[in-house]
Amino acid sequence: MLNNITRRTFIALASSLLAIAATPSWALTQGEARKLVDSLVAKINSVIGSGKSEAAMIKEFQGIFRRYADVPIMAQYALGVDGRSASASQKRAFITAFEIYISRKYGKRFREFVGGKIEVKSSRKINAGYEVKTKASLRGSAPFEVTFLVSSRSGKDLFFNMFIEGVNLLLTERAEIGALLDRNGGNFDKMIADLKKAD
Amino acid sequence: MSLSSPVKLFAINVVLLFSTVIVAGCAKNSGGSSDIIYDPNEDRNRKVHAFNVNLDKKFVRPLATEYSSTLPDVIEDSISNFASNLGQPSILVNSVLQVDLQGASLSATRFVTNTILGVGGLFNTAEKLGLKEHDTDFGETLYKWGAEEGEYVELPLLGPATVRSTTGIIVDLFTNPLSYAMNSPETYYGTLASTSAGLSARGRYTSTIDSILYESADSYAQARLIYLQNRRFLLGDESSALSADDPYSDPYEDPYAQ
Repeated sequence: MLNNITRRTFIALASSLLAIAATPSWALTQGEARKLVDSLVAKINSVIGSGKSEAAMIKEFQGIFRRYADVPIMAQYALGVDGRSASASQKRAFITAFEIYISRKYGKRFREFVGGKIEVKSSRKINAGYEVKTKASLRGSAPFEVTFLVSSRSGKDLFFNMFIEGVNLLLTERAEIGALLDRNGGNFDKMIADLKKAD
Repeated sequence: MSLSSPVKLFAINVVLLFSTVIVAGCAKNSGGSSDIIYDPNEDRNRKVHAFNVNLDKKFVRPLATEYSSTLPDVIEDSISNFASNLGQPSILVNSVLQVDLQGASLSATRFVTNTILGVGGLFNTAEKLGLKEHDTDFGETLYKWGAEEGEYVELPLLGPATVRSTTGIIVDLFTNPLSYAMNSPETYYGTLASTSAGLSARGRYTSTIDSILYESADSYAQARLIYLQNRRFLLGDESSALSADDPYSDPYEDPYAQ
């Protein structure tokens, strides 16, 4: 009986704590969105200015993705309608593989920014949160636009999509994952194995 | 060659250009530019893509890598600057056609600055002076004039394009005022420089291009999607560009991402 009450109290307490914890995070402000991207950009700049080897840089970018991006929602969007037939464990395996895959792929793109610099330019409100535009200036080429979409709907302020000169990461990866699945005859496990091998 | 003859040739081409535009403007396509991808000739395009990938693998990529690693960066940049400077008069003409006077004056100033202070365009002095870069083409002029994007095409050698941008490329080829102002050997310098600049870009972005052509599951579909998104972004085509507000690009509203 006592045990029962304690459990009930615990659940009530826990859910109210959860509610308190969730409330402020829903109210992401423009300032907070910019702050997140500012800090993200500072991290990227320090990595591309570090002069480390490609492998070391990609490892650092992986850490950055883990810290600043809502990888689970990105992975599930990339999977799209095909995800409905996947089991829970297949989905988990996919999210893990996807995290490594995008860190490597986009880490390599950022690595081409070596000697360059990214700076935050502007931000505006969008449905899911905020859109923060940055400008990447590289040696010997015209500056280009990298845009981050930031949301707090995961419970934390994280970016969930990125546009490089108008190219939408999520949309592009949804097409790529779809093609990877087709290539494997719709077999999920084989697709995940392929994704782990992909660059 | 008399002076009046290149001018006459240029005028003839401008007239021809207008008839091309009318044809382009009348070209009906069932898929408007609001469709993400309109590619009715996918089978044919995929064949061209296979040809292009093969060509890249055997010639362009090795040549570009060689070119980029052999030539010192300074010389490589100079050649690219030279090519880009020769393109300015064409940008100027297109800016005027788009009634973009700011763009027209930017490209005129850039051309004069780089030709005179930048030793015939070898140095990008305009950039050092903080002049903003302006780039456009006849494909953009057609967009501004309201021509439809048309179907997606993959061109041999040149890669991803749309019917509208292809028309633009052809028109630009024949209306660059410089090619009428120069005599025979000099015009080839321009072509040579543009080819070299192309190789230079292929070399510089090796890893990005390789990742699309050789590391993706379906390189044709990836190249198509990336090209269309980027082209619409550069044109500022909000109606067909997937904006951040589009629920389709909001994973928190996407039923399959929940």
